[in-house]
Amino acid sequence: METIVFSTLNGVLYGLLLFMLSSGLTLIFSMMGVLNFAHASFYMLGAYFAYAIGATTGFWAAMLLAPILVAGVGALVERYGLRNVHRHGHVAELLFTFGIAFLIEEIVKLIWGRNPVPYSPPAVLQQPLFTLWGTQYPSFRVFMMIVAVLMFITLWLMLKKTRIGLIVQAALTHPHMVGHLGHNVPLVFMGVFAVGCGMAALAGVIGGALLVTDPAMALTLGPIVFVVVVVGGMGSLGGAFVASILIGLIQTFAVAVDASLSDLLARFGVMVSNRSDLGRITLAQVAPMLPFLLLVLVLIFRPRGLMGARES
Amino acid sequence: MSRTSTLRTLAVWVAFAAVLLVLPMVFTSRTSLTVMNVMGIWMVFALAYNMLLGQSGMLSFGHAVYFGLGGYAAIHLIVAIKAQRLGIPVFAVPLVGFMAGMAAGALIGWFSCRRSGTPFAMISLGIGELVAAAGFMFVSVFGGEEGISGDRSAGPRIFGLTLGPQIHVFYFIAFWMFVSTLAMWAFTKTPLGRLANAVRDNPDRVAFIGYDPQRIRFLVFLISGGFAGLAGALSAVNFEIINPETLGAQGSGAVLLMTFIGGAGVFYGPIIGAAIITFMQSMLSDFTKVWQLYLGLLFVVMVLFAPFGIGGMVARILGAVKRGELAEKLPGWLLGTLGGLTAFFGAVMVIEMAYRIREGGRPFRAFGRDFVHTSPLNWLLAGIIVAAGIAIVTIAVRWRQRGTLGAALRFREVAP
Repeated sequence: METIVFSTLNGVLYGLLLFMLSSGLTLIFSMMGVLNFAHASFYMLGAYFAYAIGATTGFWAAMLLAPILVAGVGALVERYGLRNVHRHGHVAELLFTFGIAFLIEEIVKLIWGRNPVPYSPPAVLQQPLFTLWGTQYPSFRVFMMIVAVLMFITLWLMLKKTRIGLIVQAALTHPHMVGHLGHNVPLVFMGVFAVGCGMAALAGVIGGALLVTDPAMALTLGPIVFVVVVVGGMGSLGGAFVASILIGLIQTFAVAVDASLSDLLARFGVMVSNRSDLGRITLAQVAPMLPFLLLVLVLIFRPRGLMGARES
Repeated sequence: MSRTSTLRTLAVWVAFAAVLLVLPMVFTSRTSLTVMNVMGIWMVFALAYNMLLGQSGMLSFGHAVYFGLGGYAAIHLIVAIKAQRLGIPVFAVPLVGFMAGMAAGALIGWFSCRRSGTPFAMISLGIGELVAAAGFMFVSVFGGEEGISGDRSAGPRIFGLTLGPQIHVFYFIAFWMFVSTLAMWAFTKTPLGRLANAVRDNPDRVAFIGYDPQRIRFLVFLISGGFAGLAGALSAVNFEIINPETLGAQGSGAVLLMTFIGGAGVFYGPIIGAAIITFMQSMLSDFTKVWQLYLGLLFVVMVLFAPFGIGGMVARILGAVKRGELAEKLPGWLLGTLGGLTAFFGAVMVIEMAYRIREGGRPFRAFGRDFVHTSPLNWLLAGIIVAAGIAIVTIAVRWRQRGTLGAALRFREVAP
């Protein structure tokens, strides 16, 4: 029971972190048709910026400033990079964002070094919030959930209830018509790209403090975010949400359940020796593979993703 | 093909073989042999990769999987040759690597080639991560962190090569490199190779004329996986060790950089890219710790401004020579090159000074002058140099667009 409650909490938490990243990615994808390979790099930039700014202004100001700065960087990348590459097609765009991801990682290494930086949540949020079965639950985790949920509500309200959101939604499906109506579609694109990057950075401000802030953080999370987007269905916000939570829960439970593959297989009547390679592997070891396994299965059996409307 | 062009093609291949034979006599040192061996391996890998990227328009972020699996098949065979005293020469091991790469390609390509474009790229990334993670898990097959090592000098000999000394390995790699390059070039001339180009350019029309684009993608993927596996086997023989890291994202990224920087649009592009980047890797890392940053910068600049790569530039220059336009175009190109080099030098100044902020060490030295990172003047100078370089490039581009240098220097374009 204890394990289940804590794993669920942590799984939802991890899932929300994933969704903070995948929502921006999905929004950018459905609008411009480009899967931003550098999305997780903006997440990393958010963490590093917050660390650097926080050293002088404190955590709270950094939490506001870092995403804004990263959104600015994102706007520049879109305006002077992506927009020019666009005419060469999707493969060129993907290559460009791949290059940007590579470049950001190297620049981060240049400025902050290869080792993790000591970036941690403020003292207020490090105290335990409540105690369950003798285990304390840190308040920073709950804070993170609140921030994530607030971000989605804001995003949703912006998209559904404001005029800007209306234009963005229209530009998603009918960019030419929106352009003919006199709206500046390239500016809308740039804005969406910047907001998406800013959201990734906000995830980084929190994720960096929760997990670890090092130059490899983009590479460890990036592929999983892509899995979320593909599994959820390319361009579907709802699908991204479901897939994020699903993958968050799967990974957390796999780590929490202390069982080896041979135990698991034995339940299904398959006997594998405990001494063999296959039998020795524990579920916790398999955990990092599970999202990719899920990806392959979804692609074979449901190529458009859980809630995707189209094939590609 | 007319007779003269056949002869010319033949001459190119004979010259290529001759260069390969002579190379170790010109560069005799141990270091250069080592570098050339690595170059040969990456050339095969990059050419195999370009069958996907350049020829069929499939962007893969996980091609190191086939390279690594081919390498594992090879190293297991090498170990078996020694342990079981098999009568198989190590010289023939790359064929097994080819088959292993192809088998892996058949299994994975079966579902991944159903999609193209962005989804295909994402699937390849996911598969790459999956296989790399599995590699660290199955210790008996992949050897865990330390990998599996073998002894290449066991087994019967071919051509009197024991494969012990480096020079033997060079000729071994050169032989297989030549054979695979020839095979891959010949593939581009086959109907399947032509159809791959058609699938890249317009899959719908290919379907209309009665071919299945998915099937064509799958077949190309198989062959490309095979040659990647062959390259992996060459690597296994060269280093006598292979570990699960070979399967991972680093190799997949490196081969993409090489192929693109070399030029995905021309056949010899990947060869140039592999040579240049391997050279950078081994030589530049002595001069600067941040050479990968330069590589990333080069890549992004090329995606933005020269998507045809270095091979594409060579092809343009050769084309201009053939049409007799060289005299007309050369000044603009030289000006552009000058601007590019200027901007690049400014970027080098910024990067090297930034590196020393954190790491310290001796100041960056160029043209007999020290540039100390603590002096703001040097940063200003670097900024000016970058700006000047970009300005020169802009003028060069406008020169080509507007016809005359005078028009290029004007701030606004004058309406004719």
